Amino acid sequence: MGKKTIIPFGPQHPVLPEPVHVDLVVEDEKVIEAIPQIGFIHRGLEKLVQKKDFMQFVAVTERICGICAFGHSMGYSETIEILMGLEIPKRAQYLRVIWHELSRIHSHLLWLGLLADGFGYENLFMQCWRLRENVLGIFEKTTGGRVIFSACNVGGVTQDIEDGDLKGIVAILDGMRSEYEELLKTFLYDSSVKNRLSGIGYLSKQDAESLCLAGPFARASGLVEDCRLDGYGGYGDLAAFEPVLSEDGDGHARCEVRAREVYQSMDIIAEMVSKIPDTPISLPVKGMPGAGTAAVHHVEQPRGESFYYAKGNGTKFLSRFRIRTPTSHNIGGMTKILQGCDLADVALNILTIDPCISCTER
Amino acid sequence: MGSFMLTKMSFRNLFKKPVTKMYPVEPPVYTSRSKGHVVNDIKECILCGICEKRCPTGAIVVDKPAETWTINPFACIQCMFCVRACPKSCLTMEHGYTPPSTSMYTHTDTKPELTAEEQAEKLAREKEKAERLAAAKAAKQAQAGEADNGKE
Ligand code: SF4
Ligand code: SF4
Repeated sequence: MGKKTIIPFGPQHPVLPEPVHVDLVVEDEKVIEAIPQIGFIHRGLEKLVQKKDFMQFVAVTERICGICAFGHSMGYSETIEILMGLEIPKRAQYLRVIWHELSRIHSHLLWLGLLADGFGYENLFMQCWRLRENVLGIFEKTTGGRVIFSACNVGGVTQDIEDGDLKGIVAILDGMRSEYEELLKTFLYDSSVKNRLSGIGYLSKQDAESLCLAGPFARASGLVEDCRLDGYGGYGDLAAFEPVLSEDGDGHARCEVRAREVYQSMDIIAEMVSKIPDTPISLPVKGMPGAGTAAVHHVEQPRGESFYYAKGNGTKFLSRFRIRTPTSHNIGGMTKILQGCDLADVALNILTIDPCISCTER
Repeated sequence: MGSFMLTKMSFRNLFKKPVTKMYPVEPPVYTSRSKGHVVNDIKECILCGICEKRCPTGAIVVDKPAETWTINPFACIQCMFCVRACPKSCLTMEHGYTPPSTSMYTHTDTKPELTAEEQAEKLAREKEKAERLAAAKAAKQAQAGEADNGKE
């Protein structure tokens, strides 16, 4: 039996795009406990709701996270629409779904690239990011921005996409498929990837359930957990929706779930484009959120369920707004998979949960 | 399971042009909706201040007495709230982000001096407005007077 030692990991570490600190209690080469610490980039955005009126606040929610920016503005807008009892036009709902699924594609491609970078496969990393550039190009063409694009506001969306351009989006995504197929095969079947990922960070379905995990992290352990199943917004009109699941529960399964979800998002976008109705894209918002009203809502972000709570007080400022983001529950699962792993696998294990610390700390 | 599964793609890339751009030597390609900086057509602007109220970051300051419209391009987040809210549609989002700088600066547009013709036109408009108001006031008084007479 070796002596226990504590090794600090983070907040600055080459594998971490964002600051999170973990105290690793190690015995020889094995981690026996991991104690996480967050709070390095807390910005107090929820408090800002008392300074910016409810129409302006959508610009703040968009800046909670640089990757799921659109998802947060969509979640906030839908929460306020529930609060004020607004039924937004169908076309706006569909456009939101299209942009949200495009965000998912770009988030997953970014993560797949980071993962490849994490295990030292630089070529694969750059190919993933090259494909991701297509999606950013679509964003710039349709909204004018590449990552944060202010396309969503309370009452609908700010810009329309013409039917021709919608077809163009589907064509670009279809063009990506053949190249993505090659990347997918590499991620799923290449021996160097499999050797590095298979068997690391195993988490059972029971653990995933008891730790309330969300998103691809939970789905890779076989837990059926996807808010899109509730059919909020445009998702209700999908002919069928089956979450992507895997039973293995290890690092490779998490990679597989995210890699396959890219295809699923492409299919959702194609279906939305084929069904999109010709209605206005926004609704004039009149009045204020009433005093004593409250609303909750949840949205499936690329990393899992994001939960929103808003409370009105009859003025243009909300009295309370709260977000719980997927990584805040997934950190529990992260400490669980770090227990008993090799010190050399720590970085990769942290990466496989796709942590988004900025979201978590708001 | 196989090995070297990405080799084909890597080999193809040897014979392709790079997808990255030599920015800033090569100019960026903008789309028709690309964002950049907000420009005000100050001749059209009526200095109503709606853009100032809508801006989430307080980047715009409208000074009605001095007839100036000021924007801090470093505070602007390109949300286009002002562009959509402007009643005269005189704000536009132009391409090209504000270049980096060692200090923040603001950009001020001042209402141009009116030419003699425009001045005359403005005076005429104001006079007409004053007359309209006076007429409306008189009509109202007359009505009120009638109502009073009716009562008596
Ligand atoms: S909203 Fe338009 S017209 Fe009014 S002050 Fe701003 S730029 Fe001028
Ligand atoms: S684009 Fe947005 S941030 Fe910039 S000046 Fe207009 S309202 Fe303000």
